Amino acid sequence: MNDVREMMTCQELVELVTDYLEGRLDGRQRARFEEHLGECPPCDSYLEQMRETVGALGRIPPESLSPEAERTLLAAFHGWAARTSRSPGR
Amino acid sequence: MGDEEPASAGGPPGATREDDRKLVAALRRGDEEAFRTLVDEHGPLLLRLAMMHLPSRAIAEEVVQDTWLAVLDGIDRFEGRSALRTWIASILLNKARTRGQREGRILPFALFRRRYEEGSGPALEPERFQGRRGERPGWWARPPAAWESPEEQLEGAETREALFEAIRSLPVRQREVITLRDVSGWSAEEVRNVLDLSETNQRVLLHRARSKVRAALEEHFATENAER
Repeated sequence: MNDVREMMTCQELVELVTDYLEGRLDGRQRARFEEHLGECPPCDSYLEQMRETVGALGRIPPESLSPEAERTLLAAFHGWAARTSRSPGR
Repeated sequence: MGDEEPASAGGPPGATREDDRKLVAALRRGDEEAFRTLVDEHGPLLLRLAMMHLPSRAIAEEVVQDTWLAVLDGIDRFEGRSALRTWIASILLNKARTRGQREGRILPFALFRRRYEEGSGPALEPERFQGRRGERPGWWARPPAAWESPEEQLEGAETREALFEAIRSLPVRQREVITLRDVSGWSAEEVRNVLDLSETNQRVLLHRARSKVRAALEEHFATENAER
């Protein structure tokens, strides 16, 4: 039934991975995408690697300013408040 | 663009506009507690963003400092059309772009060409796929190498360094999109607003960026495994 020429190629699939993950493929494209995945283990692991990449990016820890930089920042804040005549609310 | 507010309705899921409004009001009065809250809440994100765009932590910290000063100087003009963090991040990104150019990370000709290049080109080199005369044109010629125990490998310090390096080598727009979407977890809508991108553009840039970062990890793991 499946004519090879009608099936999505791997090269097409790798271009649609983000659309797929973002839920932006229409029904027909999504079906073709998933049909290809079912028959192509390398594309399946490609998709999985993209997911793992996104996961790893999300686990990069946040960075904190050094205590010294924070002190400078607070001093700058007080300078600003004085310069612009704000009355501190505390 | 300066410290102009990106016009938007989209905001972060956590903080509400009401929280923003109260913080802004307190800050305008010169309330130190409000300023500390703001710095605690958004400081880590700003520094991480800056570090993705600048060659050293010291320079990144300077840009973050400058950003906070610009926030204070601009707070009276903030109208709340965008979420507070969207506005603050757009100030930081403007400063990081300018500073990044000055530090020579972005070549002038790259600025000229990025408009044409950033959104085009394949996710992977065409050589990875079979050509027209191949047995199955468009199917893998060199399939992705399997990642063994990615959970362990992905958490390592070396992998983290490889991730940073991969992001830093991206063209500026791609770098901004992937840092905000995937590293900071912002919604597509908020990213579009802060970077002034169309929906399609945002997704295309994200796709290029993710594809390149995945490829960099593939290469990193291949080297690591070969060294074992």
